[in-house]
Amino acid sequence: MSVHAKTAEKMTGDSMMKTQGSKLEFNLKKIREEFPALHQKVHGKPLVYLDNAASTQKPRAVIEKLHHYYTWDNANIHRGVHTLSQRATDEYEAAREKVRAFIHAQKTSEVIFTRGTTESINLVAQTYGRQNIKAGDEIIISHMEHHSNIVPWQMLVEQIGAQLKVVPVTDAGELDLEAYQNMLSEKTKLVAMVHVSNSLGTINPMKKIIDVAHQAGVPVLVDGAQSVNHLEINVQELDADFFVFSGHKLFAPTGIGVLYGKESLLENMPPYQGGGDMIRQVSFEKTTYNDLPYKFEAGTPHIAGAIGLGAAIDYVQELGMSQLASYEKEVLDYATKALSALPGLKVIGQAKEKTSVLSFVLQDIHPHDIGTILDNEGVAVRAGHHCTMPLMQRFGVPATVRASFAFYNSFEEVDALLEAIKKVQEVFKG
Amino acid sequence: MSELRELYQEVILDHNKHPRNFHEMPGADRQAEGFNPLCGDQLTVYLKLGADQKIEDLSFVGSGCAISKASASLMTDALKGKSFSEAKAIFEKFHSMVTASPGLEAPDGLGKLAVLAGVCEFPARVKCASLAWHTLNSALDGSSEAVTTE
Repeated sequence: MSVHAKTAEKMTGDSMMKTQGSKLEFNLKKIREEFPALHQKVHGKPLVYLDNAASTQKPRAVIEKLHHYYTWDNANIHRGVHTLSQRATDEYEAAREKVRAFIHAQKTSEVIFTRGTTESINLVAQTYGRQNIKAGDEIIISHMEHHSNIVPWQMLVEQIGAQLKVVPVTDAGELDLEAYQNMLSEKTKLVAMVHVSNSLGTINPMKKIIDVAHQAGVPVLVDGAQSVNHLEINVQELDADFFVFSGHKLFAPTGIGVLYGKESLLENMPPYQGGGDMIRQVSFEKTTYNDLPYKFEAGTPHIAGAIGLGAAIDYVQELGMSQLASYEKEVLDYATKALSALPGLKVIGQAKEKTSVLSFVLQDIHPHDIGTILDNEGVAVRAGHHCTMPLMQRFGVPATVRASFAFYNSFEEVDALLEAIKKVQEVFKG
Repeated sequence: MSELRELYQEVILDHNKHPRNFHEMPGADRQAEGFNPLCGDQLTVYLKLGADQKIEDLSFVGSGCAISKASASLMTDALKGKSFSEAKAIFEKFHSMVTASPGLEAPDGLGKLAVLAGVCEFPARVKCASLAWHTLNSALDGSSEAVTTE
């Protein structure tokens, strides 16, 4: 069946499609209408936004929530006796509860708002890490980590004289679990591992990774930046000790993120930053710290961002995470098949379990050149090393082109990507 | 498509595919490394000095996109035999060409290098086009620090 025939089959009528095992209807047209940014032209062509692993577009529900907050409720939180401050505080704390329910944490006090995944990891490294990891100890990460789950640990091990151990990645782009198990030892004090690879889309078997670590008495930090928007997260079922993610990859604003930590761990950790809100009592002789989660939220937080994150969570939950994920899987399979058929195109990352990330290289054409030509066709992708330079070296490429899909992407947009890649080949032929 | 054609014209594609002076230089008098951390482009420029502060020989190695490779290749061709001050003057002209507002005519005296004028239409690619030049500049200054575009 040709690519276009398949599309026609998928896109008939009102783009309605039933997803397996679900009685709900997935109405793509209606969903796309909720994302204003998708309806614009770039270089005279309809925008095809396939850079969702970098940042997602925002639904009207989130944009309007921010608008409402700044129009009516804007005030500082946790201190005012006046009405606006109370409203802002209520909304901010309601967002925390939404996050708790979304990731199935036991308590809201285990949900700390940060600026994003990067800040969450740095927080754990500089508090839990400095307190519990000593010279000669080891921290295990993997070869597919984002720089944000490498550099904070590198900084820490340099400060304290510990060592980083790196779990290798197979040719298919999966973790070498045997190597991981052999790496765990009495010296291991922490495992910090990515749930879903941002460059390859690989879904790591996190439950197993955590179980094995726990058998050795080692806590695990899960980098959920790329999993929280594709998989249903249950931190209690995973038994994750720390789980971190960013709002902006989950259709929420930038500058807001989450650190989930088990209460028993958070309780014993020293504060990360000092300032307002994180204290109970201050005198020049002695300061006592506030309870969780406020102990880790010094200063006025990104109130609007947290409220926006709450709205984004409401939005995706209403659509149904599992339904969205199964649709994304169909788009990924369709795109993988179509692109793999192009001569000279090689998909990087062929794990059995993947989210909707398609990384590839094309003949000897540099990804940057591909990115420019695709952009000229209205197709937005990421071209580069995706902040995973060690992983690029592992696959012997300086960079890849990465198309990453969200549930608002259509099969037609995959076709547009395909046509744009053909244009790249046309420009570079001869 | 026309802006794209302007960017990826024959000469550029040719220099990308068959870069000139693309080799290491044993016994080079100066060498410098350039690096674009944003996209991972990486190159080393070598030069041999002649009498009167002239660039007697010039070569490069490295990896990068078509724009950065073609720019490096064209640069080595254009600057061989030039004096330091001539090379610096061409660098200045080249830099103002790729960072100019779109639609302006390429400055005179750049010869073949004018094929890179189309870069100014693509602000995200200016760093690609200028990496080799900044690296050469650093080699001319005798700096030992790697050049980065960030």
